[in-house]
Amino acid sequence: MSKEILKMTNIIKTYPMGDEDHVVLKGIDLIVNEGEFLSVLGPSGSGKSTLMNILGCLDTPTSGEYILHNKNISNQNQKELARIRSKEIGFIFQSFHLLPRLSARENVELPLIYAKFSKSERKNIAEEMLVKVGLEDKMNHRPNQLSGGQQQRVAIARALSTNPTILLADEPTGSLDQSTGKQVMNLFTELNQEGHTIIMITHDSTIAKYANRIVNLLDGMLTEGDVADA
Amino acid sequence: MLRETIKMSWQNIVNNKMRSFLTILGIVIGVAAVIALITIIQGVIDELNQQFLDIGTGKVNVQAYGTPLKRGLNNSDIERLAEIENVAGVSPNLSFSSTAVKDENVLEDITVDGKNEVYFRTTKELVSRGRNLNILDMDSKNKVAIVDGELVENLFFGIDPLGETIIVDGTTFIIVGVLKKDLHDDMIAMVSAGDSNGKVIIPYTTAMTMAGLGNITSVDITVKDTNYMSQVIDEIELVLNQAFNFKDDSFFILDLDSLVDAMEKMQSMMTSMLTGIAAISLLVGGIGIMNMMLVSVTERTSEIGLRKALGAEPKSIQSQFLIESIFLSLLGGIIGVILGLTLSYVVSNAIGMPFRLHLGAIALGLNFSAIIGIVFGWAPARKASLLNPIDALRSV
Ligand SMILES: Nc1ncnc2c1ncn2[C@@H]1O[C@H](COP(=O)(O)OP(=O)(O)OP(=O)(O)O)[C@@H](O)[C@H]1O
Ligand SMILES: [Mg+2]
Repeated sequence: MSKEILKMTNIIKTYPMGDEDHVVLKGIDLIVNEGEFLSVLGPSGSGKSTLMNILGCLDTPTSGEYILHNKNISNQNQKELARIRSKEIGFIFQSFHLLPRLSARENVELPLIYAKFSKSERKNIAEEMLVKVGLEDKMNHRPNQLSGGQQQRVAIARALSTNPTILLADEPTGSLDQSTGKQVMNLFTELNQEGHTIIMITHDSTIAKYANRIVNLLDGMLTEGDVADA
Repeated sequence: MLRETIKMSWQNIVNNKMRSFLTILGIVIGVAAVIALITIIQGVIDELNQQFLDIGTGKVNVQAYGTPLKRGLNNSDIERLAEIENVAGVSPNLSFSSTAVKDENVLEDITVDGKNEVYFRTTKELVSRGRNLNILDMDSKNKVAIVDGELVENLFFGIDPLGETIIVDGTTFIIVGVLKKDLHDDMIAMVSAGDSNGKVIIPYTTAMTMAGLGNITSVDITVKDTNYMSQVIDEIELVLNQAFNFKDDSFFILDLDSLVDAMEKMQSMMTSMLTGIAAISLLVGGIGIMNMMLVSVTERTSEIGLRKALGAEPKSIQSQFLIESIFLSLLGGIIGVILGLTLSYVVSNAIGMPFRLHLGAIALGLNFSAIIGIVFGWAPARKASLLNPIDALRSV
């Protein structure tokens, strides 16, 4: 019996467009359990990033209810959202988003600073995470001294550092070649097997297959998919 | 958290060395100019005040040119001046330059000052050894002299001058006292501080006879209570007008207290002018900082978005940028203070004035620059803190 970690009920997101509102998410219902590896698969413009922003507490829905880790996210202010992100979410982006002036270790330490870990704790955790993603010999390298795949692994270490409730990845292999992408996906599988809950957003069905559950996003509507079909 | 924020801010300044330097240049120049000007002006004024203090306030100098019919003040005029209420004493100034002879040694260009007993009473710690001139010396036109250290050095070569004789202007004097070194002895000497090889003070009555003078053209009047200065000056004016039949330009009254007042006024005027200049230059510097911070926020939009996604609260983004701007302007302030002090040190030395450190000016410079950092960093920092993380992350 697995535990329910997030629940979206009738989430609607609209953007004002001239006189009318442009409805991007048209009533999303979604439940994710602890330990799941979920892919959200959808074509460009279907609203994947919009959904991810709400899932990641970067944005709030126009209407509907979003419960994350027993907490209602729908109507929180920026400060509260920042605290929730710090505790609950580990982001992995398509373009890595590492700070170029910082070393790999310092990049991994960033979320720990905002989660108010002490200096020595930060150092220990960052090193542990970099070892976990196989970069024990690249701790002091800057992003421009690392390959794309290595950079994405630094980003994964960073996402893992605060031990968040969910890992949220938006097209994590979008900037990588096939074999490097495959390595990253294997890392995801490993992390999931260790118990991490992962939500991955992608338009690529071969990547989506690494998950153990797929939902299809089409024109702002979510339908349950089948891993075997994808 | 604060330490990390400070470290991040510092890193960013170091990463943009050239730009940071150009940005703080305005503040550097502003602070340096203010520090240098305050230090130099204050030094000049301190120096002048010190000279005035040496002479002693509460003195009025009267230059009595007189009229073609009557040159200078006679004894009864001086007595009338001395009888004015609140006047402690009247001391004539009579000075000429001459030659002193001791045995075979001749010393040219010495100053001979004729003074009375009042002079010694109203001038603090004048004679270091020997005695002052007294009223008996005046009345009997005694041929006694007080010499200064320079004359002793130039003429006595280690011999104790007390009790020795010296020939001044052809007249033999007995030395009864030695002056302290480095004494600004009266206002006139200060204004016309010519180079002389030494000084001899003799009874003014003796001096008048030697110079063939009947009247005195310059006296110092000491006032008992400076609160009555203006009344005393009015009385002096009355006495002099009567003495010279109300003739224009027959006399001139110079009182030290009003000079000091005028100088204080000048100082406060200078200070407010400086404050104005400082305010303008710091405003310009502040705008420079604000500009750099706004550029920096725009450049780092995606970094701000990322930090927010990773859990940074708006508050910590704001403090990061605010600290960075305070850092920048404080750095400018520190460099400005160092530059300003160096400048004023060099200038002080060049014009031969003692260099004094003005902690007030330094504190002012540093405080001002910190405030500039806060005031002009506020808006950019606020802007950064309000950035929407979604928009910020997209802008890559
Ligand atoms: N801030 C916004 N204002 C107005 N419209 C928006 C905004 N953000 C997204 N949209 C619109 O919402 C729709 C979905 O956008 P979204 O970025 O979620 O798509 P996506 O599925 O992530 O596409 P892609 O695969 O290309 O990244 C698009 O039509 C887009 O124009
Ligand atoms: Mg997208």
